[in-house]
Amino acid sequence: MTATTGPRVATAAPRLIYRRPELLAEDSTHYCPGCGHGVVHRLVAEVLGELGLGPRTIAVAGVGCAVFAYDYLRLDFCEAPHGRAPAVATGIRRVRPDAFVLTYQGDGDMAAIGTAEIVHAAARGELITAIFVNNGVYGMTGGQMAPTTLLGQKTTSTPGGREAALHGYPLPITEMLALLPGVAYAARGSVVDPGAIGKTKAYLRKACEVQLAGAGFAIVEVISTCPVGWGMTPRESIDWLRDAVAEVYPPGVVVDRTKTVPVAPAPAAAGSEG
Amino acid sequence: MTRRVLMNGNEAIAEAAIAAGCDAYFGYPITPQAELLEWMARRMPELGRAFVQAESELGAISMALGAAATGARVLVSSSSPGISLMAEGMSYLAGSELPLVLVNVMRGGPGLGSIQPSQSDYFQATKGHGHGDYRVPVLAPSSIAEAIELVPTAFEIAERYRTPVMVLADGIMGQAMEPVEPHFRTLPPCAPDWALTGARGRPPRVVRSLHLRAEDLEAHNRDLQAKFRAIEAAETRWAEEGLTDAEVAIVAYGTAARVARTAMARARQAGMSVGLFRPISLWPFPAAALRDLAPRLRAILVVELSAGQMVEDVRLAVEGRAPVLFHGRTGGMVPTPDEVVEALRRAFLVNQPAGEPSFDPETDPLGLICAMGGRR
Ligand SMILES: Cc1ncc(C[n+]2csc(CCOP(=O)(O)OP(=O)(O)O)c2C)c(N)n1
Ligand code: SF4
Repeated sequence: MTATTGPRVATAAPRLIYRRPELLAEDSTHYCPGCGHGVVHRLVAEVLGELGLGPRTIAVAGVGCAVFAYDYLRLDFCEAPHGRAPAVATGIRRVRPDAFVLTYQGDGDMAAIGTAEIVHAAARGELITAIFVNNGVYGMTGGQMAPTTLLGQKTTSTPGGREAALHGYPLPITEMLALLPGVAYAARGSVVDPGAIGKTKAYLRKACEVQLAGAGFAIVEVISTCPVGWGMTPRESIDWLRDAVAEVYPPGVVVDRTKTVPVAPAPAAAGSEG
Repeated sequence: MTRRVLMNGNEAIAEAAIAAGCDAYFGYPITPQAELLEWMARRMPELGRAFVQAESELGAISMALGAAATGARVLVSSSSPGISLMAEGMSYLAGSELPLVLVNVMRGGPGLGSIQPSQSDYFQATKGHGHGDYRVPVLAPSSIAEAIELVPTAFEIAERYRTPVMVLADGIMGQAMEPVEPHFRTLPPCAPDWALTGARGRPPRVVRSLHLRAEDLEAHNRDLQAKFRAIEAAETRWAEEGLTDAEVAIVAYGTAARVARTAMARARQAGMSVGLFRPISLWPFPAAALRDLAPRLRAILVVELSAGQMVEDVRLAVEGRAPVLFHGRTGGMVPTPDEVVEALRRAFLVNQPAGEPSFDPETDPLGLICAMGGRR
């Protein structure tokens, strides 16, 4: 049959709609169905690939479900002790001025055990791009309360729901960091739908460009799903992310000082390889 | 003739590290180690090298881990309470097989303790710090000149075996001034083939300590243990003084060995044949040398600025071949040479023939042999 009659089916040139970014490994991930980490990994691989940064990136994996990011992202990776990724990245940054330095942390890792390290790396204005995946719980250890857990949210360590009087209030880390003059750029994205994912990618790209320009510390928080930790189906977790989480942690650019901050000098010193 | 210069131990260690090609220093202020950090704060930027005063010792050791992962030569320093915080990072460095030199200028504990000199972190230094089955070589200089020698050695061991190494000093060593010949050894730059440099033109590298499969972690642990055996075989260090004719040997390291040396001279003047066995590597502990020496001795006296920590390794080493006595002071107090001479007198009364005046460290009612309570 030819395409002379009926709908035209075979004449348009094939259009590429999906390709695995080169920096994303071929293995399927160990993440649960509906987990947001895989989406964020893909965005990181796309952005670094588009900016040509793969060959000079040294990434730091925090401790959480995404500690295995090094199995999926084809980058040099250093594992940090729980919460210390920004300090590990500082050490790398100070001896490798030529490297592109990236951290990847969860909310337990960054907003609880690692608050000192993230605050001071940001306050020093380290030239680091920090990726902060906020899924509101400690996924890896079984869905316990994190500092970011919403009021009323049930977790395995707040079985009756988080109560302000007992457990305190959710911690808006990104807004807190945005107060610091060392922070050149802070934004919050989401993995809730393709539109939000596209915006998140733009934030990530900007956060990388900030480092390349030597403008200061950059952080992108991504509000994300943990269906297993939340006790929901993947579908329900998307609704919860849209309706409940985004209300407390609204997506958008939190601060952008790239126009006002003078370009900082590249950190001195080199590793022994030069 | 080289001019001798007056330096304190903290500054001498810092300069020795700089000469050895230290690329980066990370620290947090604490007495009696703060001079080392201050020295580095001035010198490292002058040389275009990295210096960061971290937000805590957790931060400092983690920065060190990151820098070491890129193949840089890294020094960190602290004192006892800070080392407790660095324990976390030390375990990760050992697990990830990263080289690093950590200086501990010990002070008295437990808790906030005091800022006076002490040797109360021997257990912490030699038996662990952090969690997991690992060992860390520990070098204990007993003079500033020796510290200058041992700092580059520590870097060499760290890089040869891909392991953190500790230089263990105390507040006296850190803060006292001594004339030294400023002969600082330089080391060739290192460019390890495992370092994180960005995966340009090669497969990505991962520096990690996580091995979730039990089989994998056991294999990793086997490799680590093989490395530790190799370090024991090649890196055990000690010094002997006056042992050829000695009936009693003092075993002491660091500052305690200096007190012991003075006591030894006084005891010899009083007719007691005393020698000094001075461990320089505390891990690996020179157990074999001590075991061989023990049968020739009437007794061994261990002197420490602690309630008795190294004495346990001495007892394990000699396996009952000689009685082991202990004399120690704590809290920042330093034993005087005369106290040690008094303890030596008792040591000469151990195992006397029947009818002779004798001393039994098990039952000494006054506990005079030891300020900390006789034979422990
Ligand atoms: C010192 C220390 N304390 C506790 C743990 C256990 N632990 C592992 S991951 C984790 C929390 C991870 O939560 P998060 O950062 O939110 O990451 P997620 O798994 O949710 O992506 C904890 C508490 C640890 N590894 N080390
Ligand atoms: S537990 Fe949560 S964060 Fe971890 S993989 Fe599963 S869904 Fe993702």
